[in-house]
Amino acid sequence: MVMHHFLARTDFHALLDMLVVEGYACIGPQVRQGSIVFDRLHDVSQLPTGWQDTQQPGHYRLHQTGSPYWFDWANGAAAIKPHTFAPQENLWKVVRDESGRLHFKTILPKPQKIAILGVRACDLAALALQDQHFLHGEYPDPYYQQRRDNLLLIGVNCTHAAATCFCVSTGDGPAIRSGYDLLLSEIDDGFVLEIGSARGEHLAKQLPLHAASATQQATAQQRMQAATQQSRTLPEKPPLYDLLQHPHWEDVGARCIACGNCTSVCPTCFCHQEVEHPALDGNSSTHQRLWNSCFDPSHSHIHGGAVRRTPKDYYRQWLTHKLAGWHEQFGRSGCTGCGRCISWCPVGIDLTAEVGSLTA
Amino acid sequence: MNNAYLPHEAEIVARIQEAPDIFTLRLQFTDPELQANYSFAPGQFNMLYLHGVGEVPISIVSDPENANLYDHTIRVVGRVTQAMAALQQGDYIGVRGSYGRGWPMAEAEGRDVVLITGGLGCAPVVSVINYVLQRRERFGRLVIMQGVKHSNDLIWREQYAAWSKLPDTQILLAANETTPHWAFDSGFVTDLLDKANFEADNASAMLCGPEIMMQVASQRLLEKHVAADDIWLSMERNMHCAVGHCGHCQFGGQFICKDGPVFPLPAISHLLGVKGF
Repeated sequence: MVMHHFLARTDFHALLDMLVVEGYACIGPQVRQGSIVFDRLHDVSQLPTGWQDTQQPGHYRLHQTGSPYWFDWANGAAAIKPHTFAPQENLWKVVRDESGRLHFKTILPKPQKIAILGVRACDLAALALQDQHFLHGEYPDPYYQQRRDNLLLIGVNCTHAAATCFCVSTGDGPAIRSGYDLLLSEIDDGFVLEIGSARGEHLAKQLPLHAASATQQATAQQRMQAATQQSRTLPEKPPLYDLLQHPHWEDVGARCIACGNCTSVCPTCFCHQEVEHPALDGNSSTHQRLWNSCFDPSHSHIHGGAVRRTPKDYYRQWLTHKLAGWHEQFGRSGCTGCGRCISWCPVGIDLTAEVGSLTA
Repeated sequence: MNNAYLPHEAEIVARIQEAPDIFTLRLQFTDPELQANYSFAPGQFNMLYLHGVGEVPISIVSDPENANLYDHTIRVVGRVTQAMAALQQGDYIGVRGSYGRGWPMAEAEGRDVVLITGGLGCAPVVSVINYVLQRRERFGRLVIMQGVKHSNDLIWREQYAAWSKLPDTQILLAANETTPHWAFDSGFVTDLLDKANFEADNASAMLCGPEIMMQVASQRLLEKHVAADDIWLSMERNMHCAVGHCGHCQFGGQFICKDGPVFPLPAISHLLGVKGF
């Protein structure tokens, strides 16, 4: 039986204090330049009190509701991905000595304990997929592993779904079911809290918790129910490989401007490129990886030119991989219903609508 | 944790100029323990790293039973291979591998082996030729078919001449455009299948080259009643990481670097010939 605790809003600062004491850098949601971003969080006052988002294809705006809630928004452009799969990181360095010998040395990220506060169900599902990709295959990635091992996750159940959300249809939300250390459900005067790991338990023991009442638990459930009202849906496994010559690819290709926003906000996209940074003296060089996108014309470059050359080709590659290829590679779809690719597409391309047109 | 991204130092033990823009590097890891534990299979590749320039995936063409030295035949096609052409014996480069799934040499034992290649030399298939010739009694007939755009493009003429003198070995060459001294066929390599001498129900076909060529060749082989499972294709896509992480070599539900580069036809036939995919 899961124990439900209650943490009063007025006691919430104790959680942030505790994270500092335990040596975590806390990352949490805050409003910056008109959107919810995840960045260093030092104080409860930084949390986005009363802010809510309106999202539509190609549209993201925040507005004030005047409510006491800190987590009453759907999601911003990014949450976890940059903290495990870094947008830019050094992989190794090589030094060439006077006799021409090469000395290779791994550059691992320095262990830094990070606690992320406010993680959503869609993002935890995406993290599980990234874990599968980077850690559970034939070649575990030591860079990702280092960051992942040092991550503490404090999830918050969604109470407000954006119009672009469809986690119910992918089966990933709005309720968080696994992958958290602590789980919060926000109600008027505080949070119903559940423990998901030994590390979470260690933290909880030091917090001023009460037993959550039946009413508080029921309220938390009710508030989460509101986030299950979602208008968009996605079929579980659209047969996209049977539709590679469908005329609709031309249609979406004509609208796509190949900016790659969808791939950078997607919490499961893992493409990256490796680049070389030789030192000016020519004796050493650093090998780096950077996020890359299948919408980048060089992504499919082989000698003789790129395999994929037009926005139609890029979009078809992205969608067929995300929604069909993933099933073969990871046993499930690569989409967790966060809807970011819809909101942050400058021309409002809607993945659920495109799939609808392709499979109609 | 073992870091699959990190290259290891290797010495260039020998350098052989094969053609004006093609050279072979014979390599050996400088760490004796690493070298002693090294192994590879025909059709697999290594990532070769040139100091300060970058990495490229290159097939291993030498014999897997003699892994204390390993050969890479490299054609100058891009920024990294251009710079690699200047390397000399005694120089050092970085190597990581071996990667990928190679040719089905065990399955091909006791059978005829049909090799169909197109383009300027096809290193992945050279490894098969070498492998079969080193173990000649274990295989049936060997058919080597190669197509080039222009007859002047044919490299390794001496090798084809030498191979053609071996027993149970058939060489079929075709060029789309020919000079008067071209002693072979004109046209497409896939048109030569009628001349190829093999038993369709007991042959393994291994293909390498432009996708359209492999697609047409596969179709002709199927028409000749070679089973789809006995047709193998070596695919090519951009590769950065070589371990299925970076996504560049995505091909449907496969990572070509990890799940390939060699695939049985049924695994990829639905994706072949789709322009821009």
